Amino acid sequence: MKQQVLVLYLSSSALDDRVVGWASYDGTGRTKPTTGDGDHPPYETGVDALRDGWRLFQASQLIPPYPGHEYDTSFLKHEFFFEKLE
Amino acid sequence: METTRHLLSSVLMARFAAQGFLRLDAVVPDDLNTVAMEAMERGIPGVPYGIPLDVAFPEGSFARRLVDLPAVAGALRSLVGPDPTVDHLAVHVREPNEGSAQPLHGDAIIDTRRDAFDVQLMYYPHEVTADMGGTLLVPGSHLRLTNESDTGRYQNLRGQVRLTCPAGTVLLLHHGIWHGGRRNDSARRRYMFKIRFNPTAPQVRLWDTADLGDPAVTAELSTTFPWYEYATGRLEVYNRIALWRTLTGDDTFDIEHWATRVHNRPGRTA
Repeated sequence: MKQQVLVLYLSSSALDDRVVGWASYDGTGRTKPTTGDGDHPPYETGVDALRDGWRLFQASQLIPPYPGHEYDTSFLKHEFFFEKLE
Repeated sequence: METTRHLLSSVLMARFAAQGFLRLDAVVPDDLNTVAMEAMERGIPGVPYGIPLDVAFPEGSFARRLVDLPAVAGALRSLVGPDPTVDHLAVHVREPNEGSAQPLHGDAIIDTRRDAFDVQLMYYPHEVTADMGGTLLVPGSHLRLTNESDTGRYQNLRGQVRLTCPAGTVLLLHHGIWHGGRRNDSARRRYMFKIRFNPTAPQVRLWDTADLGDPAVTAELSTTFPWYEYATGRLEVYNRIALWRTLTGDDTFDIEHWATRVHNRPGRTA
């Protein structure tokens, strides 16, 4: 059994919100996704990925900002991991 | 260095503050591109860290001619001021059909400075077409506090720039911008020459400020990018307000009351 992984970054913590970033890793070896290989996301929202058969297996937690760093920006906050197995 | 007639406007400085880069398309003439290509193919020796620009690049060298081009010199003067030092330089090559891309990264290490910044010049001496692995840039990522390639998981972000450009194009980047060399799927080597500059003077009102009150300045600073999350995008604007206050020395500057509101504590001094 081989795993394909899709990572979607969404506009908010809601799974039906808009995709702003994406990455994929293909355990079948059929494709070789890499950095900067496309300008169009595979799905418009996280729920669109569910409808296409991707299983959600991890979502980022909502963590309050550290005191004194409320205005800092860093990594994307709303990261969702999906998989397909074959 | 010729400077005074080609300083950036306030609108262009605001664009740099918002986007983290400026691009000067085909600003380098063909004869200098030819000389540069020959030098890059031979190999360009490094320079000691922090060396004065005029020592690093002797008169007549292609690098000196590059930074003395009026448009380049004026932009550098506006961003890093008079007499910047050269942090380092490098020739970057993306090999033909090399099969992989660099992970998305910021150069050096996490850099928390909010009242100073380095500028990286990227120079492309030949045309970069879509399949040649042109640099990937993420507009508006330069104020994010991340360390080097910890962003490597992000393969694609909406609104990213996958650079294609004519020969002789120069980019000027804030040190913090997320970027990477893309996979070169062509049969040709892709060259880029990079110089990192360190300022030696306070980076305050170094550009042509005649248009400082132009509404287009605020419009540039208010730009959001398609990859921003809704909430964090607001913090990006807040952080740009702080940067613009630093660059202008005007601690009353604001956009839609974002900074004024959250610092309003009547009767409190600490």
